[in-house]
This record gives sequence, structure tokens and C-alpha cells, in this order.
Amino acid sequence: MSKQEQHWEKSKGLLIMTLAIWFVFSIGIFLFGAEMNEVTGPFGYPLTYWFTCQGSLGIFVVLIFWFANRQEKIDEEFGFSERGDD
Amino acid sequence: MLKGNFIDNLPKVYGIYTGGFLGFIIIMSIAEQMGMTAKTIGICFVAFTVAIYAIIGYLSRTAQADAYYVAGRQVPTVFNGMATAADWMSGASFVAMAGGIYFKGYGYMALLVGWTGGYVLVASLLAPYLRKFGCYTVPDFIGTRYGGNLSRFMAVVVLTVASFTYVTAQINATGTIASVALDIPFQYAVYVGLISILLCSMLGGMRGVTWTQVAQYIVLIIAYLLPVFWISNKMGAGFFPHFMLADEVSRIAELEAQFGFVKNSAENLKEVPKGLAGITKAHSAVNATPWAFISLALAMMMGTASLPHVMMRYFTTPSVKAARKSVGWSLFFIFLLYSSAPMLATLSKLSLIDPSLPTGIIGKSITEVQAIDWYQNWNQANLMFVSDFNGNGTLELNEFFMGGKAVVLATPEIAGLPYVISGLVAAGGMAAAMSTADGLILAIANAISHDVYYKIIDPKAETAKRLVVARVLLVVIGFAGATIAALEIQGILGSVIWAFDFAMSGLFFPLVLGVWWKRANKEGAIAGMFLGLVSGAAYLIWVRTGGSGFLGITQLTFGIFGSAVSLVSMVVVSLMTSEPNAATQRMVDEVRVPSGRSIIGKQ
Repeated sequence: MSKQEQHWEKSKGLLIMTLAIWFVFSIGIFLFGAEMNEVTGPFGYPLTYWFTCQGSLGIFVVLIFWFANRQEKIDEEFGFSERGDD
Repeated sequence: MLKGNFIDNLPKVYGIYTGGFLGFIIIMSIAEQMGMTAKTIGICFVAFTVAIYAIIGYLSRTAQADAYYVAGRQVPTVFNGMATAADWMSGASFVAMAGGIYFKGYGYMALLVGWTGGYVLVASLLAPYLRKFGCYTVPDFIGTRYGGNLSRFMAVVVLTVASFTYVTAQINATGTIASVALDIPFQYAVYVGLISILLCSMLGGMRGVTWTQVAQYIVLIIAYLLPVFWISNKMGAGFFPHFMLADEVSRIAELEAQFGFVKNSAENLKEVPKGLAGITKAHSAVNATPWAFISLALAMMMGTASLPHVMMRYFTTPSVKAARKSVGWSLFFIFLLYSSAPMLATLSKLSLIDPSLPTGIIGKSITEVQAIDWYQNWNQANLMFVSDFNGNGTLELNEFFMGGKAVVLATPEIAGLPYVISGLVAAGGMAAAMSTADGLILAIANAISHDVYYKIIDPKAETAKRLVVARVLLVVIGFAGATIAALEIQGILGSVIWAFDFAMSGLFFPLVLGVWWKRANKEGAIAGMFLGLVSGAAYLIWVRTGGSGFLGITQLTFGIFGSAVSLVSMVVVSLMTSEPNAATQRMVDEVRVPSGRSIIGKQ
């Protein structure tokens, strides 16, 4: 397998992981919205309510930065990172 | 005054700007103490901020295609994040979101999840790859990846349908705010709004829009957060509302149980002015089925990833790496406002319905409520209404009606904040609506000038001529949008959500598969865009004209049907026709590697 193919395999792996986490917090948990709302979540808000106000939104922010860093590492590993700064 | 180039000095420039704006707020509040009228304060806020944007727009003027279309590809990540956040958060987000949460609760929260979750798709599936491609516009990517004028043209059609649906609503919003703040009739105010919008974008194109959007973000986020924190502190609900409103949320649930949701008869409801609603849904309880919530969130997420005015913001970053990070910053800046909207809704609702608070009106006598100053003001503005349906002389929960906008516009006044805050909120709403309108008009005009005029009609046109065409189109599209907005066709304008559905129907899969599926070819992409858009639009028309729909797909989520048709037709047609040629396949390989030259070289 060429270097480029390996790089793409790893990038795909990261994509699948990212989308899996995304799926859980944008769709998965809301399948059980009514049940989860009985539980008290962070700061004392009902749990599902908290996810819709802050939880899922905040997790998406962190997820994107995590993804960007991991992808940068993969690019560096195969020598595909860009020269110069951002 | 400043050493080095403009980009290096950005933090300083916008730091001074922010300080200047805060200083302006303080001057205004002193002026209010000294007796300046509410009207003058409103005019000052809107006029001052719009003048600043116009100056930035003028200073950003350019005669270079690279600067006009993609701001010279040198916008740093954090600033591009702010610009995208302003581009993204429309007048509707600013003025109506808290109201939507206030009235509809959980069912509406799907929009918050959808409008943020979509950025994960943008960051992981599209933005870095389209940045590597080096295109000027979204149709530029479609046209080059798949080849042929027809695919390029179809992409322009989808882009125009989606963005135009959206832009009339934004021009309408600038008109509404301008007409209230400057006290002129709406029909003229729309054009005042339009001229303000064009001042930001016409001379500098994307460069002008970028630097004004950063300025607009600063105004709108201050205008949103300051009242939320102030109200929360004034009510004694907590100095940091986001972490401290649990008691208030459970108190609302308690009051809801105590009052009950009494259903009004159709006859009584006829009395209520149009556009106003009562509290009929639980605040924090789950009041929608899983599929209703998920389908709406999913449609908004896929729509987010297909809306060209957002995608093109990531063409302006210096590198692929920066494009990825920039999506994270965008969502962070959006998060600041979105996570505050539910807090504002909670504070607003509790301050009105809790009889134990001095501002609470439920349980008071109707005549007492009708005598309150702020009630009279907002009743006159057609945003509040009470009526004694059961004739007991006391205001019940089901006898109090409010417009969605009132949550943002009236809560500061109800909580007893000085008028300077209302002026600030007007400036914030104007900034939100202008920045989104600018991004949308530019997206349409650029697609038509670059992809239709330059790439299809006259590929030999010189830069100067291309930029003249681009600017003429900007004005024409702006006026077309304003003219339709001035007609005030409600219902069509209100449906910002439709824009997301149109975009996802036609563009989501052609864009994503263009990067992630090498086998996708021209025929498949054309079929995907055409059949996706047509079937989505047909479903919308069917449901609007009394059709029952299926699978719980409503007129707000028709994009789910459209994009499914798009996916199936794109895959089937691609597999039935020959695979893309070797050059195209190599191009896709190139796109997947961040380093190296962009596909479309510097033009």
C-alpha cells in the first residue's frame, strides 16, 4: 500500500470515529429523550434538557477541535502537512 | 499608528474597536441619564454601527479577483470563526430563537442541536477538502470535480434557490429593525437596510464582507450576552446564568403543574392578534416524539453542511489545516449565543409567570396588568395581549399572549433595565441580519458571476470586467430580494428552514460523494442535484397543498426525502455510466492530501 493510501485509510478511520461520536450526541441520545429527562444532569438541569441547551452543543465544539488535532497528527505522520503556519 | 501589515494587527484593530463600542454604550447610558429620549438612543445605536460597517467596507475595496472572491485567502482561523458565526447567525436566530424555545420547548431545541451538529459534518466531510481544491465558489468545486457546464450550472441553480429563500427573510429583518429604530415606513426601511448591506460588500467583495462580519459579530454577541447576564443578576437568579438556572427551570415546571395548560376555545382565540401565542407547552419536559426531534435535527445538520454561504467562508483561510480549526472556532462563537438563548427564554418566562416575583403578571387582576407601562408599549407594538376569557377578572396562564420576538426585545424592559439596552439589542439584531444577508447575496452573485458568466459564457473576460459583472449582479440580486421582502409575503419569508432543506436536497450528496467516493461521475452528480431538488420541492408543494406526507416528514424536513432521492439517483446513475477518467481520479487523490498545490491554481 502506498503512503498516500495508508494516509487515506487512517483519515477514514478518524472520520468514522468522529461521525460515531457525532451520531451519539446528535441523534442517539434523543431516541431516549423522555427516559433520560427523568435523570438530573449537570448543574441540576433535567438531563435531556441540558443536552439540548448546552451538552450536545459543547460536545460538538470539543469534537471538532479534537478531530482537527488528530487529523493534523495523521498528516504529519505521513509527511503531508503543509509548510508554513496558519 | 500601526506597524506591519493589516493581518498582523488584527487583534489590536478589533481590540480597539471593541473598546470603542463599549465606550459608546457607556456614553449612551450617560446620555440617557441626562435625558436623551429612547428614540434618539435607538437611532444613534443603529446609525453609529452601520456607519462603522460602511467605513470598513470602503477601506476593504479591491480590484483583485483573489481578494474579491476569497479575501486573498489570508483570514486567520479565529477571525474567520467570528466572521462565520456572524454569517451564520441570522436576524431570525438573534430575534426569534429565544422566542421559539420559550413557546415550543423541546420540539424547537432540535434546531439548536441541528444548527450546531452540522458543523461536525462541515469540518470532517467537506471544508478542508474544498479548501484544498482551491475553488472560488461551491459550484466551482462541482463543475471542476465532475466536469461539464451542465453540472456547474445545476449547482448554481440549487445554490440560488436555497440562498434566495433565505436572503429575503434577512432583508425583511433589516427592514423591520430599521423601520422601528429610525421610525420610517417599512417599505422604505427595507431599502435603507439593503443599502447598508451593499455598503459592506460591494467594493470589497469577500474581503469587505469578512472584515465587516467580524465587526458585526462583536456587536451582536455583546448585544445578546449583556442583557442575559444583567437580567439574571437583577433577578437574583445567579451571576452566571448558564450554570445556575436549574432552580428556575424546576420552578417553571412547578408553576406549569399548578396552572395547568388550559385549552382555549377557537372562538376566544379569534380575539388574539395574529402572530401572538400563549404558553401551551412544557418548558423543560420532552414534548416531541424521538423521530420528530431527530428528523428535524438531521435535516438542519445536513442543510448546514450544504449551504454555500457558510462553506465559502472556509475558502478564505490560509491553509487546509487552518480551515479545519476555523470550523471549530466558528462553532465556538456560535455556541456562545446559542447556549444563552435557552437561558434568556427561562428568565423571560419565569419573570412573567411567577406570581411571587415583582414582574410576574399571572394571577394579577387584568386591569392591573393593562395599566403596566411596558405592557401598554408592547401591546401597542402588537407583541403582547391579555384577555379575560373566563371572566374572573384575574389573568390566567392561558389568557396571556406574546409574540416570539418579544422574548428578546421586551424582556430587558420588563426586568427594568435602562433603555440603552434596548438600543443595543436593536443594533445587535441589525448586525445579525446584515451579516447573514451580505454572505448570502455575495454567495449568489459570486456563483453567477464566476461560474455562469466567467466559466460558461465568457472564459476570456478580464479581471476588471469580471468584477464589474460581479458587482452589478450583487446590486441586482439585492434589489430583487428587497423588492420581494417589501411585498411582505409572510409564511414564505418566515421559512428560513426551507433554505436548509433545499440546500440539502440538491447539494449534500454531490458535495460529499465528490470527495469521498471516487466512482461518482458527472452523470450521477447531475441526476443527484436535479432529482434531489425537484423531488424535495415537489414534496413541499404536495404537503403545502394538503398532502398527508409519509414517514412523518413534514414541510420543515422535506430535505430528508429530497436528499434520499438525490443519494439513490446519484449512486444508481453513476454506476450505470462509465467511471470518471484517470485525470479526475487523480484529482480526487490530490484533494485528499492537505499538502501540495491546490487543484485550481491561482488564477
